[in-house]
Amino acid sequence: MNPADENRTAQVLAREIHERCLSYGRPLRLMEVCGTHTMAIAESGIKSLLPDNLQLVSGPGCPVCVTEKVFIDQALETGRRYDACLVTFGDLVRVPGSSGSLAGFRSEGGSVRVVYSPLDAIEIAAKGAPRPVVFLGVGFETTVPTVAATVKVAKTRGVTNLFVLPAFKTIHRPLEVLAAKVDLHGFLLPGHVSAILGSDCYRYLVTDYGKPGVVAGFEPLDILVALRDLVTLAASGSPDIVNDYRRVVRPAGNPTAQATIYEVFEEADASWRGLGLIPGSGLKFRPEYASFDATTRLQVEVPPAKDDPRCLCAAILTGSRTPDKCGLFGRECTPEEPVGPCMVSSEGTCAAYYKYGLAAGR
Amino acid sequence: MCLAVPMKLIEITGEGTGRVDSGGVSTDVSLAMVPHARVGDYIIIHAGFGIEVLDREEAQIRIDLFRELAEATAHLEEA
Repeated sequence: MNPADENRTAQVLAREIHERCLSYGRPLRLMEVCGTHTMAIAESGIKSLLPDNLQLVSGPGCPVCVTEKVFIDQALETGRRYDACLVTFGDLVRVPGSSGSLAGFRSEGGSVRVVYSPLDAIEIAAKGAPRPVVFLGVGFETTVPTVAATVKVAKTRGVTNLFVLPAFKTIHRPLEVLAAKVDLHGFLLPGHVSAILGSDCYRYLVTDYGKPGVVAGFEPLDILVALRDLVTLAASGSPDIVNDYRRVVRPAGNPTAQATIYEVFEEADASWRGLGLIPGSGLKFRPEYASFDATTRLQVEVPPAKDDPRCLCAAILTGSRTPDKCGLFGRECTPEEPVGPCMVSSEGTCAAYYKYGLAAGR
Repeated sequence: MCLAVPMKLIEITGEGTGRVDSGGVSTDVSLAMVPHARVGDYIIIHAGFGIEVLDREEAQIRIDLFRELAEATAHLEEA
């Protein structure tokens, strides 16, 4: 499609969203659950096309943002105590722990390697043996199968100095917490988490909470179509789950990926920044793969971490505040010198507001 | 972090591995989670792994829908 046609399509969709919001007449608050959507929405300027009574708030689907400070402390202590090489995705490098970040650890002479794929950690471990190599396991269901598959490869190859420090999160339990909130009227559901889990797995939003959900792709027009459908469902009073990313998301998801996750990991409780402890919302190693678990094989003790009480990340992650309401935003907290994780992660809500100068309250 | 991009599978390089290409940039990926992928398919790539095969029919339906909407507006602009 040429840019002129894209522009026309966007205008038609925006007009339909306006018409439906106008006839609904009351305020609508919808949440985009996924951080990659947050960034795509900010980058494309979609919010500027939305009517005044439609508010789009960001959810907890930014893995770095919901990772607790104590995880960084634990990673750094593991690196120090065992002289371990810490392997991570780039997003995590500048997240501040209680005393410094991975970037700081590296500048002190610690070993931190940024990788694109968890598979790279196997080569790093093989070349650096017997030095322990610890992959920092942050991510949702999109990423977990890639780590699980990596662990399986490492087991087959007999790599014994590779470990994973798991802080993985799963999406359903927090989504239930959010669905119970009366001031959220529907959910733009994560496209690539759904590629793994399928579009059928969200029925509980409708049956238990009476809320609609639309699985969305990541192109600006994908997001506009999904928003139009979500507004239509929310305004109609007859909630449903719609899959608007059918070219990638199947009703039952990717069964091979799901099986890979649960061959290596099993359900566990997890603590979320902003949401607290949510039973059954994380993953831990199954006994068969316990030899890869950094939490038990490379034990460290770290004191509980305290967040800066002025930081509003917790409220921002649950959609109850916007970054411009935070006293630190843009002053003490910037992408160069972040205080909270929502500013550190490239897909954090605060980073999106800062980078794209989003208007207050929208 | 859940960023994933479609790339075309141009070669099966080994058991469960393949080479994908996008605009002349190619890279090796694991196909462990898309065992049904065939050369010529577009694969959704995340962190060095194929996580799903793109359904071309559904992609075409979406493009057709967008085109129809654009054409309808273009007619209005002319009118």
